[in-house]
Amino acid sequence: MVQRKKRLARGVAVVGAGMSHFGAFKEKDSRDLFVEAFQSALETVEKGIDPQEIEAVYVGNLSSDCFEGQAHVAPLMAEWVGLNPKPAIRTEDACASSGVALREGIIAVASGLYDIVLVSGVESMNKLTTTGATDTLAAASDAIYEVSVGATFPSLYAQIATAHMAKYGTTEEQLMRVAIKNHDNGALNPKAHFNSSIRDIMQSRIARAKERGQPVPSWMDEMEFLKDPSANPIVAWPMKLFDCSPITDGAAIAILVSEDIARNFTDEPIHIIGTGQASDSQALQGRDDITSLKASRLAAEQAYEMAGVTPGDIQLAEVHDCFTIAEVVAIEDLGFFKPGEGPKAAEEGRTARGGDKPVNTSGGLKAKGHPVGATGVGQLVEIWEQMSGHAGARQVPGVNLTLAHNVGASGSTVVVHIFERR
Amino acid sequence: MAEKEFTAASFYRFLDQKKLMGSKCKKCGALHLPPRPLCGQCWGNEMEWFQFSGKGKLASFSVVRVGTTMFEQKGFSRDNPYCWGLIQLNEGPRISALLLHADLFRPESITIGQPLEVVFPEKPAGEGKRNPVTFRFS
Repeated sequence: MVQRKKRLARGVAVVGAGMSHFGAFKEKDSRDLFVEAFQSALETVEKGIDPQEIEAVYVGNLSSDCFEGQAHVAPLMAEWVGLNPKPAIRTEDACASSGVALREGIIAVASGLYDIVLVSGVESMNKLTTTGATDTLAAASDAIYEVSVGATFPSLYAQIATAHMAKYGTTEEQLMRVAIKNHDNGALNPKAHFNSSIRDIMQSRIARAKERGQPVPSWMDEMEFLKDPSANPIVAWPMKLFDCSPITDGAAIAILVSEDIARNFTDEPIHIIGTGQASDSQALQGRDDITSLKASRLAAEQAYEMAGVTPGDIQLAEVHDCFTIAEVVAIEDLGFFKPGEGPKAAEEGRTARGGDKPVNTSGGLKAKGHPVGATGVGQLVEIWEQMSGHAGARQVPGVNLTLAHNVGASGSTVVVHIFERR
Repeated sequence: MAEKEFTAASFYRFLDQKKLMGSKCKKCGALHLPPRPLCGQCWGNEMEWFQFSGKGKLASFSVVRVGTTMFEQKGFSRDNPYCWGLIQLNEGPRISALLLHADLFRPESITIGQPLEVVFPEKPAGEGKRNPVTFRFS
């Protein structure tokens, strides 16, 4: 087989990106969240953009079908932001749906068919009960062979966790460090689902107990709080509540243009210099080793090769931490740390905002929230804000080369993108 | 049994007959569990049935307290959790199964590598239904 080096036929750049607030919004439907994200994204285009110039709309969405009883969401979202009759395309690859929308938008612009496209994702999950959302998400695993024996997403990632623990000695405490770090970042993100640190959450529980005259918990710090099953109950051992990303409503949108016209919109476009995508067996049982996601390694390899950079060059990354173990595995699969050394890196603060490899400065899926279909483009919003210097209190100085990593289901789809500011 | 198609429906019918059956590619010899009609390794489309011993070792697991509607309806809950995991079968392939006799309230005592064996359904699932693949710690 001839291996040809993959490259885009022409350069593509991001000229704006924005998102709705992420959270649980019983009074809002997908279309409302999408409008909010649209207005936010347009505001970020430095020199402005006439919406009529947008030639196509890509919408990532896992299952408005089940969450809201609404299929065929792409033209509907386009309608609510005034973009009919532009072609509207839905992409569905579970939680990587909008990472794939981003990639398809890039491919479309690189092909020369379009010069300006809107890539996006949306999900409104809170109209269902927790069990209903659990059912809908579980359908993204192998419905015949996994759901039948009791698989849920927390328990699928728990399989990865128990295998990682057995192979490398990873501990529950090390995973808790990931949650603490991502909540610390989320506390600085005004649009995050959890705009609070775990310490804040702990202190508000203590205050509430005092207020109600109930026994006051004796937690000394976040770690004690997380080790208390009354505060952090088991969902699917070893995954506890604070190991899991929340059930979130939200939308995110970015504007992509061909590089040659990027400066019509901004003096500082973010260039997309690498893209990679891979698939793997839907069921975990079809894989030889579940301490690593093969599709992550392959997608990253493609993106690094196209970009001509190495993992060591990446200054900041948004990775798919749907569960704490997922972040640990991601930072190993992306080559930031050696296999088995992810937990130690988390423990030593190397992935914190001030560490040598900041990961999930947005708060990640854990604290920023995980509206599944919106997550991939949601990650790009953080990349955009960090690279354009608009990340406020979360700002990491001098970020010129970044990576986004978006996983579908338990790793049967993975998309990786690399971005550069020149 | 050679006339059965290499489908999930056949797999579950065999399970009801107390057989754990996969397919073996006649071209490259690869074992597939669950069975499949097309070999993903060599694209060979001639398969034969292969019976697994139903013995293996624990590769991963989870004790689930928040399940799907289907498992809630079976009576599982936060106070009545269940365990499922992956078993590395002696013949090579892995399989997902509901795991019986796990120490559900001391999950940290469950260790990867523990031996397991298949538990066949007591009775057939009935028309349009499927018994879940079940193993127990031996």
